[in-house]
Amino acid sequence: MSGDVVLKSGIGRYTAVPWRGLRLWLLSFPLLFASVAVMVAFSLVGAGIGIFLVPPAVMMLRSLLDTHRGLVSGWTGRRVDRPYLPVPEGSPMQRFSAIIQDPATWRDMAFLLLDPIVAAFTASLSFLLFLYGVYGWVLAAFVGRIIKEHGGNEWYTFVPLQGSFSDHPVNAGLIAGLGTAYALTGLYFGPRLMDAYGRWTQSLLGPTEKSRLALRVQHLSETRADAVDASARELRRIERDLHDGAQARLVAMGMSLGAIEHLLDRDPERARILLAETRESSAKALRELRDLVRGIHPPVLADRGVGDAVKALALDHPLPVEVAVDLPGRPDAPVESAAYFAVSEILTNVAKHSGARRVWVDVRHEAGMLRISVTDDGQGGASLDGGTGLRGIERRIGTFDGVLALSSPPGGPTIVTLELPCELLSS
Amino acid sequence: MRVVLAEDLALLREGLVSLLQAHDFEIAAAVDNGPSLLKALLDHRPDVAVVDVRLPPTFTDEGLQAALEARRQVPGLPVLVLSQYVEQLYARELLADGSGGIGYLLKDRVFDAGQFVDAVRRVAGGGTAMDPEVVARLVARGRDDSPLARLTPREREVMELMAQGRSNAAIAQQLVVTERAVTKHTANIFAKLDLAVSDDDNRRVLAVLAYLNS
Repeated sequence: MSGDVVLKSGIGRYTAVPWRGLRLWLLSFPLLFASVAVMVAFSLVGAGIGIFLVPPAVMMLRSLLDTHRGLVSGWTGRRVDRPYLPVPEGSPMQRFSAIIQDPATWRDMAFLLLDPIVAAFTASLSFLLFLYGVYGWVLAAFVGRIIKEHGGNEWYTFVPLQGSFSDHPVNAGLIAGLGTAYALTGLYFGPRLMDAYGRWTQSLLGPTEKSRLALRVQHLSETRADAVDASARELRRIERDLHDGAQARLVAMGMSLGAIEHLLDRDPERARILLAETRESSAKALRELRDLVRGIHPPVLADRGVGDAVKALALDHPLPVEVAVDLPGRPDAPVESAAYFAVSEILTNVAKHSGARRVWVDVRHEAGMLRISVTDDGQGGASLDGGTGLRGIERRIGTFDGVLALSSPPGGPTIVTLELPCELLSS
Repeated sequence: MRVVLAEDLALLREGLVSLLQAHDFEIAAAVDNGPSLLKALLDHRPDVAVVDVRLPPTFTDEGLQAALEARRQVPGLPVLVLSQYVEQLYARELLADGSGGIGYLLKDRVFDAGQFVDAVRRVAGGGTAMDPEVVARLVARGRDDSPLARLTPREREVMELMAQGRSNAAIAQQLVVTERAVTKHTANIFAKLDLAVSDDDNRRVLAVLAYLNS
């Protein structure tokens, strides 16, 4: 899990830790107060009004904890994912019961109550040790003498305090040496203590196996619904195209042929004209069928796979498109098709909106992923929302657990990257 | 003229056989799958092959692959490829060796028997016959940085007809100009596409190739 986050290297890896640990520990106190607010809301459930108060209070707490998760993930290198089951829109009662049935709510509370103590002994321990070390130096430097002069009686760990360097150099030297040892110990064990704190956070704030499954089920049912919708829409479109196009033309052709049969003897000249028209009509019907099939499953995709199909797209594109393909085999047909149509739509977008002069497409298979990136040198500033259709692409490749990433700073370049997990079938 | 024919739909195969026989072609072999096509091409060395792109056993671009393989072994073997679709990618692959004798037509061009037979003869003679659809899609793309952008509209018209494999005389007739005017246009086209002076037939093929690669 670690390695997801870039940790500081070298000496910085050690020196940054005590401060971060301290901040995490200090943060646990306001969080504790927030949890008290939630508990108050719960205590009012008996009076009825708690049912209305609990959902917003818990939501607030969750968003605070999300920040905390981000912080812990970044600082400890242990990724803490969100464990919450979705809270339904609906009446307060429904929301309330969903919240109290989500084990994550109770695990949050347990975390918040224990965190000040746990954080003190893990995250902030390196800071505390360091601080104690510094205290030793301060005693040795001059404070020891002041304390003694005022009749104070003090121990530094197991060393009875007798003064500072100026009056008791040996005693002070011992204390300063001990202090240095404490400070170094704190620094040295800092990263490990931080890691321990990360594990603690993961264990209560992270998802359990069960909530992971529940979230997965939710994702799957959403993407399945999308897929079913999309295919139903697609079938309706095909039906309409056939009905209005080829089918209508065939009916017209049949009628013309009837008329020609009728005219053949009486008016051969007119029959000849009608025949030419009918032939033209059959060519049009073929053309329409061809376009329709191209929209369903392009022939090059069927013949050669996604690599050559993208090359064919590039050839038909109004801008010069460079395509680099590195695929030792072919992905499954549905994945291929999803990837192809995604690239097709992205390229259409580029032509329409980007103002680009050149486009680069890179198709490769790495670490179990089909990875496609489309780069253009246009003006940038594209967003996932705002009618670019990227959201739709994201949804469709979501059916295959694919993800889409967009990088489009103002001024360009724009890079759209798709990743679809898949195995390659050897071609 | 001896023809090898590959088409998996029996009805269409019979139709093509009778059409070609009616126009004095001799059918050396009529096959219905990729492997036997390759074998027939290499065994019979026909004057021209008429090949459907999609053939068994894979029902992908089996026919195209067999034709390309045969041309690798017998350079310049004239092949006319028929397809339900035209793809620039395939057109480029067919023309890539620059030796001509290539046709790539939509299947519905067979409806016009006269023109189709004409195309078969042109391909057999080492010319090209690109479907107007290939050319139409290139023009529809409308890139403005290609060498084609340097052509005048009239030159582009001539270029389109040249890609279809028409002779200067045929182009002149279609555009209702003199043959001399067409010759002038083609010379301009060759110059603008940076094609060196060589024998005219080969340059026509290269011009089409440049056109497709633009």
